Amino acid sequence: MVEIQSGIDEAIPPAETEDVELYHPKSWWTKYVFSQDAKVIAIQYSMTAISIGMVALVLSWLMRLQLAFPGTFTFIDAESYYQFITMHGMIMVIYLLTALFLGGFGNYLIPLMLGARDMVFPYANMLSYWLYLLAVLVLVASFFVPGGPTGAGWTLYPPQAVLSGTPGGQDWGIILMLVSLILFIIGFTMGGLNYVVTVLQGRTRGMTLMRMPLTIWGIFTATVMALLAFPALFVAAVMMLFDRLLGTSFFMPAIIEMGERLQHGGGSPILFQHLFWFFGHPEVYIVALPAFGIVSDLISTHARKNIFGYRMMVWAIVVIGALSFIVWAHHMYVSGMNPTFGFFFATTTLIIAVPTAIKVYNWVLTLWRGDIHLTLPMLFALGFIVTFVNGGLTGLFLGNVVVDVPLSDTMFVVAHFHMVMGVAPIMVIFGAIYHWYPKVTGRMLNETMGHIHFWITFLGAYAIFFPMHYLGLMGVPRRYHEMGETIFNPPSAQTLNIFITAMALAVGAAQMLFLFNLAWSLFKGKLAGGNPWRATTLEWQTPQTPPAHGNWGKELPIVYRWAYDYSVPGAAEDFIPQNQPAPDRLSRGALT
Amino acid sequence: MSETTQTNTGEVLPRPGGLRGIAADWASDQRTFKNVSWGKAMMWIFLLSDTFVFGCFLLAYMTARMSTTVPWPIPSEVFALTIGGHEIPLILIAIMTFVLISSSGTMAMAVNYGYRRDRRKTAVLMLVTAAFGAAFVGMQAFEWTKLIMEGVRPWGNPWGAAQFGSTFFMITGFHGTHVTIGVIFLLIIARKVLRGDFDVERRGFFTSRKGHYETVEIMGLYWHFVDLVWVFIFAFFYLW
Repeated sequence: MVEIQSGIDEAIPPAETEDVELYHPKSWWTKYVFSQDAKVIAIQYSMTAISIGMVALVLSWLMRLQLAFPGTFTFIDAESYYQFITMHGMIMVIYLLTALFLGGFGNYLIPLMLGARDMVFPYANMLSYWLYLLAVLVLVASFFVPGGPTGAGWTLYPPQAVLSGTPGGQDWGIILMLVSLILFIIGFTMGGLNYVVTVLQGRTRGMTLMRMPLTIWGIFTATVMALLAFPALFVAAVMMLFDRLLGTSFFMPAIIEMGERLQHGGGSPILFQHLFWFFGHPEVYIVALPAFGIVSDLISTHARKNIFGYRMMVWAIVVIGALSFIVWAHHMYVSGMNPTFGFFFATTTLIIAVPTAIKVYNWVLTLWRGDIHLTLPMLFALGFIVTFVNGGLTGLFLGNVVVDVPLSDTMFVVAHFHMVMGVAPIMVIFGAIYHWYPKVTGRMLNETMGHIHFWITFLGAYAIFFPMHYLGLMGVPRRYHEMGETIFNPPSAQTLNIFITAMALAVGAAQMLFLFNLAWSLFKGKLAGGNPWRATTLEWQTPQTPPAHGNWGKELPIVYRWAYDYSVPGAAEDFIPQNQPAPDRLSRGALT
Repeated sequence: MSETTQTNTGEVLPRPGGLRGIAADWASDQRTFKNVSWGKAMMWIFLLSDTFVFGCFLLAYMTARMSTTVPWPIPSEVFALTIGGHEIPLILIAIMTFVLISSSGTMAMAVNYGYRRDRRKTAVLMLVTAAFGAAFVGMQAFEWTKLIMEGVRPWGNPWGAAQFGSTFFMITGFHGTHVTIGVIFLLIIARKVLRGDFDVERRGFFTSRKGHYETVEIMGLYWHFVDLVWVFIFAFFYLW
């Protein structure tokens, strides 16, 4: 820590480049709709992501209703159940979580936290959003085409994904899904290049990489990973599209359907799995790393204490990012592989637990003897730690080949990944929204509604997914439309299913309250002022709240210290903003 | 952003040596890569991402070729042309490769003249590069036509594994698309050079950013990358 803080006394280096020229909107359209301002783009990304996320939420209700009361809802047949599964998973992972963390929080926070005026390429940034919107619209369109959306499961495994037995397989569903993914990836690349270059080349004076808030480290690393992982999905999507439309056989083996031999032959379904999971596993951390970063800042700010082990936190993020590229085949243990590979991938998977554990310990040690304010962001951050540890530990089960094979197709896996990459990141998203909403709108979110939202969401999510582990251990399979009669499932399994469904409906209802709170507080919320949480990072030091176009006034801020100067002994306040010079420097009056 | 020298070189900061020095340099204030403009950094990172796209395509092709149970068509026969009664293997590909590699040379010269602010020579060399690129795509179209006439389709061909046609059309098509996009942008930027946009720092129509001769170099990065990718496609597809 000493080394980082010793930076205070270093001379502030001169500006290396001239201040950027901003694009100034000339009309209402270019100011609010086709805006090149990262803050507007961030809000557009977030609102689109939340809207499509609501669709996925409703789909999860329908699935839960079917599982709890099989046969009651006649409109949910096996086909539509698979369509719900597929769309729920795809939307939540890619169109909600990835887009919200990187497109939403990334766009809003990167320029502000780094003391930049905007992203480095505002025009490409704008295109990124519109391509994302187009991708979402294509996805939504698949609900309205003959045959409906694809029901191939969110992993879209061939050969079934493009066969007529699967909903949308020989109709429009799979085509629109793949086209939507390709559009999303192209759009994301435009945004992602912006985020990476802004972090690397667009920082203000004094903002070294090791003074960046961990939020930025998380988003930055996740974006780099996304730029390297999405190509695999892109290639897989293009090849599957050709298999479906041109009759190629990249992924299609010789196959007999309805007694007829299809034209396909010689392709490898396993190749698709490799490509998909080479994207799919980094994707888990593309969602998790921004959450790690953001939660570190929430904990430090609301516990009024510097983050424990900043340097280790940074390296842990980078190491997790690197390791996540060499673990992908642990999703394919059941597909079968050479035992040596199984051993390799199990080992690398378990090694990831080390940097992850470092992070968890550091969060807890940051809290230890801190001045913990149980504000809403802090509550959600605590909820994150608990759910993440829980989900992470079951990950250790599933990382081992011999344990994974019997558990792989059961509810245990559903419980695991919902806990670790569903509930945990969403906890952070909520915490982050409660934390930054005052900066975005100038008003606080309503606390009473927030507390109701937190407790129902946190306890409810636990009530949903904790029992699911036990269902899985009993052998209740996942992706089943209904269980029917089995010899191993006691009737109590069904009772538990009904309980889980009731909880899911309640948690869903709480999200409606949250959305209402977002709208209500926009007009009726308490005025927040510029820095309601008394935080150190630059976005809270803007001259205006919400920040104006260009973020800063005439002069860019100069950074003198790291982002975590909370409760510094001898300081006048319990926080020192990053752009506040050291006292001796103030007295000397020499800034450059 | 082309003015990449420091605007104010006041104090020299003390820097640690060794590994710590490397880390400190990378993590240093304002910019990780000193004297690298935003546009150039973006192009390099984009190319890294694009490398993964082509890498995945080529790996998929190699997987298909190595795991196929039926014979793979022999490239030296498939890609042969009969000229003057002699069947010459890979002759068209050899010419195509020569043309594309040459275009990298003219591109590099264009970058050089761009930095000397020689408007005419830069533009002419870029147009020559674009012409080479267009010739490459044209020859590719010829090759596609010939193969299609001989019965090669994405879903099958007369000589063996169906994946031959699928991977061939997909990979060369994807690369050809890159070349075509490159040709289009070469023409756009050559026009800007010729018009003197970069001399008067005229603002871009879409981005309203000032124009700089560095754009020529960034275009060059992309063009050399497309060339380099072709070398790998040539090696793995035609020479294997």
